[in-house]
Amino acid sequence: MGRTLLTGNEAVARGAYEAGVTYAAAYPGTPSTEIMENIAMYKGDILAEWAPNEKVALECVIGASLAGARVMATMKMVGVNVAADPLFCAAYAGVNGGLVLVSADDPGLHSSQNEQDNRYYAKFAKIAMVEPSDSQEAKDMVLAALEISEEYDMPVLFRMTTRVCHGKSLVETSERRQVEPKPYVKNLQKYDLIPAVSRKLRVGLEEKLKQLEEFSNNTNLNFIEWKDKRIGVISSGVAYQYAREVFGDQASYLKLGFTNPLPLDKIKAFAKEVGTLYVVEELEPFIEEQIKAAGIACLGKEKIPNIGELAPAIVAKALRGEKRSTIDYDQASIPNRPPTLCAGCPHRGFFYELSKLKNIMVTGDIGCYGLGGSDPLNAKDTSYDMGASISMGYGAQRVFERSSSNLRTISTIGDSTFFHTGINSLLHVIYNGGKTITCILDNRITGMTGHQENPGSGFTLQGVPTKIVDIGELVRVLGINHVRTVNPLKLNEVREAFTWALELDEASVIITRWPCVLKKLSSDDRKEFGDYLGKCAVAEEVCIGCKMCIKTGCPALRFNKEIKKVKIDETQCAGCEVCLQVCPVKAIRKVGE
Amino acid sequence: MPDVKNILLVGVGGQGTILVGKILSNGLMSAGFDVKMSEVHGMAQRGGSVSNQVRYGKKVFSPIIDKGQADILVSFETMEALRWLEYLSPKGKAVVNDYRIPSAPILTGKSDYPEGILAVIKSKVATTVIKAAEIAQNIGNPRTMNIVLFGALVRGMELTDIEWEKVIAGIVKAGTAEINIEAFRAGMKAGEI
Repeated sequence: MGRTLLTGNEAVARGAYEAGVTYAAAYPGTPSTEIMENIAMYKGDILAEWAPNEKVALECVIGASLAGARVMATMKMVGVNVAADPLFCAAYAGVNGGLVLVSADDPGLHSSQNEQDNRYYAKFAKIAMVEPSDSQEAKDMVLAALEISEEYDMPVLFRMTTRVCHGKSLVETSERRQVEPKPYVKNLQKYDLIPAVSRKLRVGLEEKLKQLEEFSNNTNLNFIEWKDKRIGVISSGVAYQYAREVFGDQASYLKLGFTNPLPLDKIKAFAKEVGTLYVVEELEPFIEEQIKAAGIACLGKEKIPNIGELAPAIVAKALRGEKRSTIDYDQASIPNRPPTLCAGCPHRGFFYELSKLKNIMVTGDIGCYGLGGSDPLNAKDTSYDMGASISMGYGAQRVFERSSSNLRTISTIGDSTFFHTGINSLLHVIYNGGKTITCILDNRITGMTGHQENPGSGFTLQGVPTKIVDIGELVRVLGINHVRTVNPLKLNEVREAFTWALELDEASVIITRWPCVLKKLSSDDRKEFGDYLGKCAVAEEVCIGCKMCIKTGCPALRFNKEIKKVKIDETQCAGCEVCLQVCPVKAIRKVGE
Repeated sequence: MPDVKNILLVGVGGQGTILVGKILSNGLMSAGFDVKMSEVHGMAQRGGSVSNQVRYGKKVFSPIIDKGQADILVSFETMEALRWLEYLSPKGKAVVNDYRIPSAPILTGKSDYPEGILAVIKSKVATTVIKAAEIAQNIGNPRTMNIVLFGALVRGMELTDIEWEKVIAGIVKAGTAEINIEAFRAGMKAGEI
């Protein structure tokens, strides 16, 4: 087979295909999303699914492994927090068919709420870990990881980072190997994790880790490149590529592809042969701490920052004192370019009305609608983790009530995030008699990660039409007595819904139902919503330059300071009519309908 | 790594930098180079500042370009050229699209679009200014603006030996090969200045 240029994510998908994976599941999250999207393309060979959340994804994959298949679960690093419970169980129970869990970490927080280093999960859960440094390794290590998983009877953490996931490099591909599922054998002593069983498995797990350390010392996933021995570099992941770039042939390298357990004998032997020993790691001193604990002298985080992404220049400056010459100019005067809600985004009208409410605390959630908290809408107080908007809002509301504060909380959560873990939080509200206002912003798709199907969208990942969860019905059945569905493009509907909900003394749910402006509409969508017709345009002679429309934050609107008039960029305008409803002098009209 | 060349494409989410990166890396690969590329996804899109980094040579290690290291900076939007200028080598070339997309703080009136950007860049480094939107409009499809800029990039990096037209035809949407090739040729010509 030929060489092709693949992202690390595409390469992992290819690796899963070649290694005979037959079942895979995920919840989308940057930078992991494209792995499962690409696995989904191998339709006849692999059943690939979106799960409502990462815990469910991993549990489905564990079940499939027990049934004998080679399997893979993929998620972003914070998704592993959600899936941690089954992960720790799987470490004890082991596998039947090989099981790989891909954790895509995000150093530099390109698209995440934190910068956690998930290598610690491998140590914490006591499982094997591999770390690819480019796309070829990403592909090849899938097979290696599955074989390790089956040989040592444990799940393998496959740890990637943004630059490995979204970096493209050349990959040599090969054919798929057909791997027959292993027979399922009922085995309570392995899969029934009651205390009596787990106590024994716990002992066995330590034994496996000892064997794995021996493997780690011998595998060619951990290899040495002897060059100049005055400097030795130990590194893993993309940091290895940076170190190679910086030191070239002026250092020897111990490149670690298998990083839990670490190959301490190999490391000791390498350390003996070299002069100064550097450990070059992105984020935390995962390798360095263990090397130091083993009594081996090395330098790492004394010099290299543990905050943010690494880059060759950072390594060069930290370890060689090199400073690259750059063009000198005034950077402070360049205005920012933060991401914004798209022109025609159905969230805009909702957040515009929300921003006008007084005495409220808005608990937000993870998704595009987090941008409703940015200037000029500013309609958000908090954003933590998936589903937290509803439960945090509930907790705050309880305290406001008990302290006789007149503050009310409004929780905002997207459709996919509601399915993810919002449902559990809403159950808490209902069960405990809360009176929070939950707004489910249903844009008919998982938006932020680039349009993935979900339990409300009508299709599976591999395009099979499926049941659509009716969010209104669902929350009614759970026990919400007050439910209203509104069109978020109609500002009066949104406004009235807020007034209605704020007057209630019980929990309520407002559902905004309109598709993401970027969504490729299904035939059902087209029937329900129709296409946008026409564009909005400003009648210049009527515009009084009050900038009310600008307060919607629509990127299609331009205010001309010289003539004090607004103009609408027709290439960007989607014709959603939110600005039109805001204009106090009716200067905005629909054209071309 | 003196034999590794660095191309930095920058712009605003939705301007088509990713497609150009794809055409570029495929062509370089077909010419026998080792190629690595890095792009941004997710939150960084939605009208935010985006970059696409392409490195090629005999053997490439890092997938990302350091500050001061780019041989050419191709900016699809004027202000973004200034934002990313520190990544350009003082000996490098800037290809700047004379095309403004105001960002959120400018739209809301909190900031002004900076004036004199092209003059600043020209005073620091070898610069080619392209009116790619106008060129694309004249060809008959404003959406080919990114391919016009790609043509200027190919000229700027002297990568004219590669059979780009074939690469473009193999990658762009069916039925748009002809107009995209026309845009590419116009960009090559504009890049000569």
